[in-house]
Amino acid sequence: MSAEPKPKIGVFKFASCDGCQLSLLAAEDELLTVAGKIDIAYFLEATSHIDAGPYDIALVEGSITTPSDALRIRDIRQRSKYLITIGACATAGGIQALRNWADHDEFVRAVYARPEYIETLATSTPIAEHVPVDFELRGCPINRHQLVEVIVSLVAGRRPKTPSHSVCLDCKRRGTVCITVAQGVPCLGPVTQSGCGAICPAYDRGCYGCFGPAKQCNTGSLSQQLLADGTPAPELVQLLRNYNGYAPEFRYESERLAGLNSEVIS
Amino acid sequence: MTTNKTNASGEPGGVSPRTMSENIVRGLTPSGSPAGQVVAEPWGYHTVRIHEITPEVADVATYHLGFDDSAVAVAYRFQPGQFNMLYLPGFGEVPISLSADPRSSTTWAHTVRAVGNVTQKLASSKVGDTLGLRGPFGSGWPLHTAEGHDVVIVAGGLGIAPLRPAIYELLRQKNRFRSLTLLYGSRTPETILFEHELPEWSQRGMTVQLTVDRADAAWSGSVGVVTLLLDRLSLNDPQQTSVFMCGPEVMMRFVGKSALARGIPESQLWLSMERNMQCAIGLCGHCQLGPTFICKDGPVYRHDHLAPFLNVEGL
Amino acid sequence: MPMNSTSSVFLARSDLQLLIDRLAEQGFEVIGPTISQAAIVYDRIHSVSELPQGWTDRQAPGEYRLERREDDQLFGYVVGPHSWKRYLFPPLTTLTTADLTTNGWQMRAADDNPPKYAFLGVRACELAAIRVQDKVFLEGAYVDPTYQRRRQNAFIVAVNCTQAASTCFCTSMETGPRCRSGFDLALTELPDGFEVEVGTPAGEALLLQLPTTPIAEQQLTDAEQRRQQAVDQITRKMDTEGIRDLLLTQLNHPRWEEVGQRCLSCTNCTMVCPTCFCSSVEEVADLEGQHSERERRWDSCFNLDFSYVSGGPVRRDIRSRYRQWLTHKLASWIDQFGSSGCVGCGRCITWCPVGIDITEEVAALREVGHDNK
Repeated sequence: MSAEPKPKIGVFKFASCDGCQLSLLAAEDELLTVAGKIDIAYFLEATSHIDAGPYDIALVEGSITTPSDALRIRDIRQRSKYLITIGACATAGGIQALRNWADHDEFVRAVYARPEYIETLATSTPIAEHVPVDFELRGCPINRHQLVEVIVSLVAGRRPKTPSHSVCLDCKRRGTVCITVAQGVPCLGPVTQSGCGAICPAYDRGCYGCFGPAKQCNTGSLSQQLLADGTPAPELVQLLRNYNGYAPEFRYESERLAGLNSEVIS
Repeated sequence: MTTNKTNASGEPGGVSPRTMSENIVRGLTPSGSPAGQVVAEPWGYHTVRIHEITPEVADVATYHLGFDDSAVAVAYRFQPGQFNMLYLPGFGEVPISLSADPRSSTTWAHTVRAVGNVTQKLASSKVGDTLGLRGPFGSGWPLHTAEGHDVVIVAGGLGIAPLRPAIYELLRQKNRFRSLTLLYGSRTPETILFEHELPEWSQRGMTVQLTVDRADAAWSGSVGVVTLLLDRLSLNDPQQTSVFMCGPEVMMRFVGKSALARGIPESQLWLSMERNMQCAIGLCGHCQLGPTFICKDGPVYRHDHLAPFLNVEGL
Repeated sequence: MPMNSTSSVFLARSDLQLLIDRLAEQGFEVIGPTISQAAIVYDRIHSVSELPQGWTDRQAPGEYRLERREDDQLFGYVVGPHSWKRYLFPPLTTLTTADLTTNGWQMRAADDNPPKYAFLGVRACELAAIRVQDKVFLEGAYVDPTYQRRRQNAFIVAVNCTQAASTCFCTSMETGPRCRSGFDLALTELPDGFEVEVGTPAGEALLLQLPTTPIAEQQLTDAEQRRQQAVDQITRKMDTEGIRDLLLTQLNHPRWEEVGQRCLSCTNCTMVCPTCFCSSVEEVADLEGQHSERERRWDSCFNLDFSYVSGGPVRRDIRSRYRQWLTHKLASWIDQFGSSGCVGCGRCITWCPVGIDITEEVAALREVGHDNK
């Protein structure tokens, strides 16, 4: 076993807040245990040591928001055997994907004194829209334990286990009362993938959908119900357009609701 | 821990209809498969060791497992068609049929295709490695119901593995059956399992017919699905014919139709089913099909007991 | 039929604390109704003051609200989001442990020393649910040791409902609202105390340690009227006539598709159901590869991965997963365990975020949509 070459891991950042990389650093206790079995070849947030690859595993944080990003991710893909996206920015475009529904040029003009120096794309898009992705680790931020599971699984040669069920199941396992039913609080839990440990509803806050859409989620039915219960459509649109707002299942529903709303207004 | 699936009425447990109470109609699957027997620690594992690994075809190997505890080895019995839960700590647990002679007494064979986390880990294991075993579980092939009959075994792909112990037993008791036929379909000539044993089975009196989905240049046998072999098989007396089948669900659906069309009584058709199993003792709920738990009422069923549920999509 | 009321006695409201105290002295961990997160849940209690005094619940499909009562009753509500299964069949259990030794992997049953539970405030439908899970976990070919260890020591103080929610339909399932068996003691709340009935010798022994008094005829009448009030308030019905055959022959009914459009597949109904018993068994391994555990977690037939086999999931759409749940609960459960899996508590109706109503679905399935041959 020890004679086998250690898998080389590279950690790469695109448009993001670095929070997911911090989760990786925060997992140092766990990772120390497997440190002998992996070789961190590229991780600017942790070490200045740079290995140009190729990498066995590329962990990619962040979304694609500039023309140079779009080129760089292709280059990383070519140099990596497995490419794993980590976090909502990388898997769904992140909070910055809100620009996808807005006038990007206007933003640039409003924010920057010299807009002509700014070279960005009109959209923030997930990595998988640009290159093939082998595995997606969801979350804003990612769950440290899931990240360790992914790394340990790859070292051990098995598929990582990250559940795809709804947040509701986790609420019920931990004994949290459904805040939508008992308090009328709009919550994305029924359509959001597990991973956070169902934190927000335990503190009487609705789920923000940080881990993105659950498998085969029925977003349309949920939003119909929330509308009927009195949540205004614009509020629902805001609820859906969060860290994972550009994930297809959330995106389609928020666009449907936004359309519904403009019809009502006009 | 012998789970004898035969209940007092002589029918295999889990399939004898019975009336329960006024508003309860005929139950297909009374629970309580091993008659009257209660297993207190169903999660108890035995440590087993890999004594030998026989590579079969690409991605498939047979693992010959022996118990570390010789007292367990002496007591361990299984019926053809039953399965064990094999546990690789750190990776998980999978249900695997016993695939060799039920009268073996030193090692027990499990023929496994490497497809998931656990089976792939098993594929990288070596002789001497240990793992956990619980079992045997489930119902076996009720060979005694076929006494005096022409016996037709229909296997598709890896489905021959749970039938192989039955084949050994049938050959051993050959005189109690009128004839023995094996119809075996494989994807390609390269994926035919236990090919080296087939001549011996023929020699001992079993008619063996093979077919492949895709032939290569060297193949001179039949090409096409295994149902075609059954369609073409000449039957002495359909009323006195029993069929034991295992393979992909779609294959078994067609074999069932073909057998019925040939006039074989539905009560003489037996099949072995597969579903997600996580406990093997009817408590986790994953393996349900209609009213049955495949892990404890099956995996071997009489065709007519499953027929209403076989053709419903997504059940 | 009411129980032989001559066996019942009166316990003053001010002495209910003594019941809790005696149980605690005998080593029981007392679990009872208490308020948390705007709902009445079951949690550890030490004092009568922790009970939802003066509170009630209003329930409708997809809606639950706590409201103030005009009186200060302690048990003036029905059932909430929790059920006793959370204590008898915990959401998370370590089943076995495995350690890598010089002699290979060695497995053993995980340590499990649960407390002795005393349940205070168990309703008739919940007694029925415990009975159903007893059949599942204790009376089949295989006994579940986790459930058995918790169940065998449990002491049950039942409470008769004196009101009903709009979601209750225990009368249709013949499980309530009257507590008839399966308890050690059963209470009916009166303005100044309780009518107490004895169900077991253990219950009788405990009662002997409490300052009870003979019950007056007037109190018996009052208790009976209050229990009748619960019966009278139940409006929801489910027609169970021939339900097993009905459902298992309507597997292609268009209603499955229709309800599949509304169902979120979120698992809430199965989680709040006091009889649903599905679980997954998962591997929890350390990082060094030296130690590993088999962990059992509540799971649900509404999860896509639940039916996963090597070719992919068997139940690929919400329609088929809802159908699995409903047909199992109301039909194939009868084949498997000799009774319905539904006790009419109405939790799946209240706690469904989109208010899907099992009684309404059954009624719709009774309308034969098309030929199922």
